Amino acid sequence: MEIERHEYDVVVIGAGGAGLRAAIEARQQGKRTAIVCKSLFGKAHTVMAEGGAAAAMGNVNSDDNWMVHFRDTMRGGKFLNNWRMAELHAKEAPDRVWELEAWGALFDRTKDGRISQRNFGGHEYPRLAHVGDRTGLEMIRTLQQRVVALQQEDEKLHGDPEAYIKVFQECTVTRLLKTGDKAAGGAGKAGGVISGAFGYWRENGKFILFDAPAVVLATGGIGKSYVVTSNSWEYTGDGHALALLAGAKLINMEFIQFHPTGMVWPPSVRGILVTESVRGDGGVLRNSEGRRFMFDYIPDVFKDKYATTEEEGDRWYTDQANNRRPPELLPRDEVARAINSEVKAGRGSPQGGVYLDVSTRLPAAEIIRRLPSMHHQFKELADVDITAEPMQVGPTCHYIMGGVEVDADTGAASVPGLFAAGEVSGGMHGSNRLGGNSLSDLLVFGRRAGAGAAAYVDALKARPAVSEESVTAARAEATAPLERGGENPYEVHHELQRTMNDLVGIIRKAEEITEALESVGKLKERAKAVGAPGGRIYNPGWHLALDLRNMLLVSECVARAALLREESRGGHTRDDFPDMSPTWRRKLLVCGASPDGSEVTVEEKTQPAMRDDLIRLFDRAELKKYITEEELVDFDALVKE
Amino acid sequence: MGYKAKFRVWRGEGGEGRLEDFTVEVNEGEVVLDIIHRLQATQAPDLAVRWNCKAGKCGSCSMEINGKPRLGCMTRMSTFGEDETITVTPMRTFPVIKDLVTDVSFNYAKAREIPSFTPPAGVEPGEYRMQQIDVERSQEFRKCIECFMCNNVCHVIRDHEENKPAFAGPRFLMRIAELDMHPYDVVDRKDSAQEDHGLGFCNITKCCTEVCPEHIKITDNALIPMKERVVDRKYDPLVWLGNKIFKRTGSKS
Repeated sequence: MEIERHEYDVVVIGAGGAGLRAAIEARQQGKRTAIVCKSLFGKAHTVMAEGGAAAAMGNVNSDDNWMVHFRDTMRGGKFLNNWRMAELHAKEAPDRVWELEAWGALFDRTKDGRISQRNFGGHEYPRLAHVGDRTGLEMIRTLQQRVVALQQEDEKLHGDPEAYIKVFQECTVTRLLKTGDKAAGGAGKAGGVISGAFGYWRENGKFILFDAPAVVLATGGIGKSYVVTSNSWEYTGDGHALALLAGAKLINMEFIQFHPTGMVWPPSVRGILVTESVRGDGGVLRNSEGRRFMFDYIPDVFKDKYATTEEEGDRWYTDQANNRRPPELLPRDEVARAINSEVKAGRGSPQGGVYLDVSTRLPAAEIIRRLPSMHHQFKELADVDITAEPMQVGPTCHYIMGGVEVDADTGAASVPGLFAAGEVSGGMHGSNRLGGNSLSDLLVFGRRAGAGAAAYVDALKARPAVSEESVTAARAEATAPLERGGENPYEVHHELQRTMNDLVGIIRKAEEITEALESVGKLKERAKAVGAPGGRIYNPGWHLALDLRNMLLVSECVARAALLREESRGGHTRDDFPDMSPTWRRKLLVCGASPDGSEVTVEEKTQPAMRDDLIRLFDRAELKKYITEEELVDFDALVKE
Repeated sequence: MGYKAKFRVWRGEGGEGRLEDFTVEVNEGEVVLDIIHRLQATQAPDLAVRWNCKAGKCGSCSMEINGKPRLGCMTRMSTFGEDETITVTPMRTFPVIKDLVTDVSFNYAKAREIPSFTPPAGVEPGEYRMQQIDVERSQEFRKCIECFMCNNVCHVIRDHEENKPAFAGPRFLMRIAELDMHPYDVVDRKDSAQEDHGLGFCNITKCCTEVCPEHIKITDNALIPMKERVVDRKYDPLVWLGNKIFKRTGSKS
């Protein structure tokens, strides 16, 4: 069968917030850009984001600025964040949000007509630009419509709307292609540069080849390796795996965010997200005894920042200057662990969660105005009226902090020509992401990766030619499941999900992780033999068979890194090492893989020290909770200067 | 709790197909999409269906359930009797690719025909000032998740292929209304709504409003007001007179 071939300057894989923003940037810089996505255009997982985009515009509280946002982000990530990314993010998020408005987005407003901002966990001031509780939809639609606007421009100028930016929808990339890669085997030895990408059309099963010197990965996360997840089918860790197989590195893979509030009932919707805005707008968490248990779970590092009585917490909603925020608004990792402990202690709700109640806190009309899609979701899916009764909620696998190790300013990975942005990249959020920092991350680093790819292409002397050998290999790999009658891929997938959920979940211990690794090893063997009956036209069994490689590879990275990190921090909690360790704060775990994915390696790397002007934004008392004695001495010397 | 349900699912590709019978397990709280997924996992691994979020937010799993356009993820099994046979077919207005998956490219082509949001020159990002009450009208239409069920159900194109070139469908006529009501959009969209995008085809039967999973009042709040704006322009005697005297080229009325 003929392989369809296309030539582009930049190929963006993924059409969520980061992918679209990267593609828009590359096109605006004059690059011929392809957007390749697994679903229809406009359906990416970004639509599920509810709460908002964090940007220190200071519209609601004028004390807010990038430095406060930077501090909140670093605290939320327990100081493991790539500080340069956190800095760029805090500084550039307002411009990225305003830009959306100029492209037609309609955010909710303040009384004086500016963009309204809402409270969220871990953010000191009201900071999230939002549209009710469907901010992600607004963002994806605005970016989608911006792409269309650029296409209309190109039609006028060149007579072809797709001359400079084209969407290849329902198209899956299975391999990145490299040229000059001398090392076929052995981890860490790969060389060469990106020369393209290989994939298939879901619609007809035909193969497609992109000849391109730059590829931007914007494929999102890995939630489909878990049973209880808020993520859609697309989240099979494609970009993470493609990067690994191309010789790039992943960092922070042990840090997975379990969102504290997912639906727990009915079983078919278990894991679907209940937005943090419910708590930001006054919702409270109670156990089966009716107690607001979060007051019992304020960790030492946050003791002086959160209310200690219900009265003070309640006053905060109307008077933030004179009261501390309620502990329901602690960072997500803290709340998720607290819920987990309450349920384990037998104080859970009948369906195995806790109660989240907004019905006794706000008038019904106000709930419907502020949380329309939550009201709709519970009414339609669970037959629960959230204006009259509490919801039952529990933790759900939501987001991976880990991802491709990139240069903060350009999104460049270690492989020349490869870039990554959004959830698939690592570093920005450290060990735990604050709610609202994802949508802004997508915009800030999507734009930077698009610009980085464009600059890379400009600097190239010649386009690397695609090697036919790599195409033949990619094609054979993709065809294999169709040509063998083997095990049902759904079986292998279900087993992987159960393994990761039960053994490398929210609370971890060495024996269980070791058991998970053994199990993943066996599943890797089984995955090599799965078969997909049926033809090539829109065959989900075949698609899943191919996705398994990615899910297994990424799961192995998560488990290996989780086993090595002997401390508890953010989205990584070790039952056998419950404390946070200042020595571990300075270490990043870097995963690599052999080109065939059979071998995964993890190496320790030292996190570079924070730039002087940035570390000075914190006070000593706070830093003391996170950094080593040695680092503290350096800090004292710095402050004295 | 659990029971065996009778399903009839349309299977086929390349313009041919048939309804296939299945007996499949149903558990408490499940929706139609769960059952389709169970069929994939246990009886028909190559059964094609689109889906993403499974929470009514992405608009991917549009299908016709017992003849009615619905989102598979938002149709609870408890709304059917246990002995009822449930028939699941693809959207009828769009060509079938395979099984429940249709070619919806019509919608993307129409989206590209609508002139984009155009703010006035000289307003910099960050300078926009709008009142909540002024953005709310367009915000209602921006709740659209593009499930395309309104376009699927609309009788103007449902069984009239010949009307497709001239008619944008409720989804994109609503997009025109959304932009027309945007406080900062400066394009005059009234003539083109009627002449280029087929607003006149709509005879307000409200089928689109009825199937909208986001409960957007497409007919009452978007299409009828848009029709009124067009009519105001067309039959305003002063505008008519002005056009006669000055022969304005900008307006085709």
